[in-house]
Amino acid sequence: MARSAIASTRDRSTAERLGSVTTGNALELRGVTKLFGALAAISDVTMSVRPGERRAVLGSNGAGKTTLFNCVTGDFLPTSGTIRLFGEDLTNFPAHERIRRGLRRTYQISLLFGGMTVADNVYLACLGVSRGRFSLLRPRPSDAIVARADELIAAVHLARVRDTLVSSLSYGQQRQLEIALALAGAPRFILFDEPAAGLSPAERAELVAILSGLPDHIGYIIIEHDMDVALRVAESVTMMHNGRVFKEGTPEEIENDPEVQELYLGGGHG
Amino acid sequence: MADVLPRSEPGRLIVLERIPPAAWVLGVLLLAMPAFASNFVLYQIFGWSFILGMIALSLMVLAGYGGMVSLIQMTVAALAGYVVAILGTSGVPQISLGWPWWLHIPLAIVIAMLFGTLVGALAVRTEGIYTIMITLAIAAAFFYFTRQNYGIFNGYTGFNNVIPPRWFDIDWRQSVPFYYLTLACATLSYLAVVWIGRTPFGLALQGVRDNPRRMSALGFSVTAHRILAYTFASVIAAFGGILLVWQNAQVVPGTAGIPQVIDILVIAVVGGLRRPIGPFIGAFIYAILSVFSSDILHAIGMSGERFKLVVGLGFLAVVGFSPDGVLGLWDRYQARRETNRDALLGGRR
Repeated sequence: MARSAIASTRDRSTAERLGSVTTGNALELRGVTKLFGALAAISDVTMSVRPGERRAVLGSNGAGKTTLFNCVTGDFLPTSGTIRLFGEDLTNFPAHERIRRGLRRTYQISLLFGGMTVADNVYLACLGVSRGRFSLLRPRPSDAIVARADELIAAVHLARVRDTLVSSLSYGQQRQLEIALALAGAPRFILFDEPAAGLSPAERAELVAILSGLPDHIGYIIIEHDMDVALRVAESVTMMHNGRVFKEGTPEEIENDPEVQELYLGGGHG
Repeated sequence: MADVLPRSEPGRLIVLERIPPAAWVLGVLLLAMPAFASNFVLYQIFGWSFILGMIALSLMVLAGYGGMVSLIQMTVAALAGYVVAILGTSGVPQISLGWPWWLHIPLAIVIAMLFGTLVGALAVRTEGIYTIMITLAIAAAFFYFTRQNYGIFNGYTGFNNVIPPRWFDIDWRQSVPFYYLTLACATLSYLAVVWIGRTPFGLALQGVRDNPRRMSALGFSVTAHRILAYTFASVIAAFGGILLVWQNAQVVPGTAGIPQVIDILVIAVVGGLRRPIGPFIGAFIYAILSVFSSDILHAIGMSGERFKLVVGLGFLAVVGFSPDGVLGLWDRYQARRETNRDALLGGRR
């Protein structure tokens, strides 16, 4: 894939998106708060992301980024506040119902099925958002869902290890598989939780290529400590601090904001 | 875990080619068994092993595929037996309705299935020890209820003379017909469980066992899969329960007493919960020990009543050497033999 070609289509469509009036937000959080006992992991988080928008969430450890993801995907329910996905109030939906509505996420610490092959992992992900979840018929090579699984495996560059047990993949390959699982079905909005953590520079480049190559209609939020990755794959940035939204803006605004530099970059960002 | 998707190498797998030689040998041996085994061995050891194996197999589905340890399986089996006695014929004509077999047997299966599903719906929201406790509590309640209810369950006496219908004019309680009947049912249940393990439903169930959080993040309803596992397991337990009642020609509260409920767990654990063959191995060991331990005890000058001691020591020995049962011992033996082969494919064919 020619990277520059992908980048230019994305720039054009971004411009189109910015130019057009968006009728609804892909993700809209209003006053989302999550208390663990007396501790507020996140408090009063309000943010909205337009369809197709790519947003980075930055913040130091304990800023509440992963808790925010867990509330959005329904791993646990927020203490208060509302969560809307494409206008639909999901606040009290169980996780699997949110996923069936097009929300996806990856996990910071890979949650994969180590005892299964790559193909079976991706097949499960495709199955989870299909009608065949309870099927008692064995999958056949000619099934559309099997073909779809193979497409996804190719899309994250894992075709060579299709029949390998996930537990024997390299760390970087496991991260790529995480992304494949998030792309199964018809995702409309994806939450990436530190996808680049622990990757080598070469693997990071591959990750940036995968993220940049996503179809334009798929928006995402990415939590990322690596500024090089975050600022290359995001068009807007939300800074979190102590469970609250601290700043929002374009990557340049955030990078040049003196408060942010003081707080997060420590002044010495390279 | 069995691979679900076909591998990408060309060439389709033909089902018969995948059956290992050991399975052929076992199959021929089991089919030819009546030629050289005594009636007692056929009826009391093999017949009983197949039945207990089926009930323990239903636990294997829940525990092995689904990661849920249920103590309700013997109760589901006994309920199916009770329904057969109540709706069919028994030695208690004032309660039994005498409906034909094509009506009372399917009804028994369906009622036991609904009961198992209901218990499952209560139990799946709990984890680990709490699942064990809630299912044990329901099993105990069923035991005391059947013992005290005379209107439907005929209380302490239960039902005697509950016998299979005379299909094809054969007395199915004769040793050889009963052997083949139980062998056929056990084989079908075994194949059904193997099949389920490789279907999308079975794969999802194993995914739920390994990683429920990830499964719901893939769009699966963890609760629905767990409850349906109870439904499927209950059907197998129900068939086992009907056969058990026919074998003993009776069903009493003690059919699913607390010791019997626990025995199913012991059988499944001793055999091994990871694969569907484990429960049958465990049931065979249990039947042998139960039948012959009083002879062994007599031989060493102890009272034959202490046969539970032998069963218990056998259980401790197996679990002590191999926490994953006899299957675990076998797997480790195979692994040692096949170290020179591909570690990923070791022992598979």
